[in-house]
Amino acid sequence: MYDVIIIGAGPAGISAGLYTIRANLKVLILYKDQSALEKTDRIENYYGFEKGISGQDLYEAGIKQAKNLGVEVKKEEVTNIQFGENNQYTVMTENQNYNTKTVIFATGNKKNIPKIKGIKEFEGKGISYCAVCDGFFYKNKDIAVLGNGRYAISETNALIHIANHITILTDGEKPPEIRAENVDIDTRKIREIKGDKKIEEIEFEDSTKMKTDGLFVALGVAGSNEFAKKLGILTQKDRIVVNENMETNIPGIYACGDCTGGLLQVSKAVYEGAKAGLQAIRYLRK
Amino acid sequence: MSVLKFDEGNFEEEVLKEKGKVLVDFYADWCGPCRMMSPIIDEIAEEMGESVKVGKINVDNNQELAIKYDVMSIPTIMVFENGNPIKTFIGVTDKNEVLEVLK
Ligand SMILES: Cc1cc2nc3c(=O)[nH]c(=O)nc-3n(C[C@H](O)[C@H](O)[C@H](O)COP(=O)(O)OP(=O)(O)OC[C@H]3O[C@@H](n4cnc5c(N)ncnc54)[C@H](O)[C@@H]3O)c2cc1C
Repeated sequence: MYDVIIIGAGPAGISAGLYTIRANLKVLILYKDQSALEKTDRIENYYGFEKGISGQDLYEAGIKQAKNLGVEVKKEEVTNIQFGENNQYTVMTENQNYNTKTVIFATGNKKNIPKIKGIKEFEGKGISYCAVCDGFFYKNKDIAVLGNGRYAISETNALIHIANHITILTDGEKPPEIRAENVDIDTRKIREIKGDKKIEEIEFEDSTKMKTDGLFVALGVAGSNEFAKKLGILTQKDRIVVNENMETNIPGIYACGDCTGGLLQVSKAVYEGAKAGLQAIRYLRK
Repeated sequence: MSVLKFDEGNFEEEVLKEKGKVLVDFYADWCGPCRMMSPIIDEIAEEMGESVKVGKINVDNNQELAIKYDVMSIPTIMVFENGNPIKTFIGVTDKNEVLEVLK
C-alpha cells in the first residue's frame, strides 16, 4: 500500500515526489515517455541554469534526483485507475496493480481527441471515453475501439465480455498484439463518423464503411482527461479543475502542472507539484 | 427539496406531467463517476428548494427509460420542462453549469 502514487515524472510530478518523500511517506512515481520537456530543445527561462538546459537533460536529472532521495520511480504506463475499499485507489499498469491512499496527477498537457469528423458531435451518443463507465450500454452490441497501444488493449479487455463483437480501429497505425475470439483489427484510415441521432457507421478514407453501435476512444497513452472521466473528476475544457491547494473534487486526488491548464511552464509545474504534495501530506495526517 | 427516486412506474406522473423544470440524474451503483455526481445533485436539490423537482433514475432497473432518452453514458443529467428534455449534461458536471439551466 502506497501513501502517494504520482502519475508523471515531469517537473510537476517530480516536485510532488520531492515534498512527499521528505515527509517520510511511501511514494511511487509512474511515468512513460512523452513529457513536454522531451520536446523542448532548451529551457532558458527557468531559475538557476546560467547557460540554459536541454529539456531532455532536465527531465532525466529530475528523475535521478527523486530516486536519490528515496522515491520509487518506475517506467510503467498507467492504463486505468479504480476506486478501492476505504477511500483508497487502485492504479493499474499493464502488468501490475498498485493500491494507494492518494493519487497525484501530473500527466501533462497531451490531448487524445483525434481530429476525425464527427468525433465531438457524437460524444455521449455512441462515442465514449470510458469502457468501465459506459460498457453497460453496449451489451451484446457490435462496437469499435479506436487506438493501438496498451491503453486501447486495456479498454478492449474491459469490453470483451460485454460486447458481441469488437473491432479495434488503428486509423492507419500498426496493429496491436491482441488475440480474442470476438476481436478483429482494422488498420484502415478513418475519414468520418456518421449517424443521425447517434453513431451509426464509420467511413474510411477508401470510401468503404463499417456499421457500428459505439466507438470507444482509447488513443495513445491515457492522460488526465481519460482518468478524470473514469473517476468523475471535474474538468473544464480538457483541464482538470483544482482549487488553490491542487485538490480535485475527489478527496485524496490532486492534480498539478500542465494538466490543470493556465501557464504551461516549468516554474508553474514545479510550484503546483509542491502544493499538491503538501496537500497530500496534510490529508494523510488527518 | 429532497432528491426523489424516479422509475418506469412513476416517471410519467413525476416528470412528464410536471409543468416546471425537473432535473433527472441517470446513474448506476457500479458507476464510479456517478458517485462523484451524487453529492453535487444533493447540493442542487438543496439550493433550488421547492422551485425544482430533482430525482434519480437507476439505469440498471430502468433500462427502458435509458433507451428512450438515448442515455449511453453515465452519469447523464437531463433537465425536463413541460415533459420535454431541454438540456443534457454528460459526465460529472459543475454545479453552477446545471444551476444556470434550472434558474
Ligand atoms: C516545444 C516546447 C517548448 C517549451 N519551452 C519551455 C520553456 O522554454 N520554458 C518553460 O518553462 N517551459 C517550456 N515548455 C513547457 C514545459 O515543458 C511544460 O510546462 C512542463 O514540462 C510541464 O510539466 P508537467 O510535469 O506538468 O508535464 P510533463 O513534463 O509533460 O510530464 C508529463 C509526465 O506524465 C507522464 N504520463 C502521462 N500519461 C501517463 C500515463 N498514462 N502513465 C504513466 N505516465 C504518464 C509522462 O510520461 C511524463 O512523465 C515547453 C514545452 C514545449 C512542448
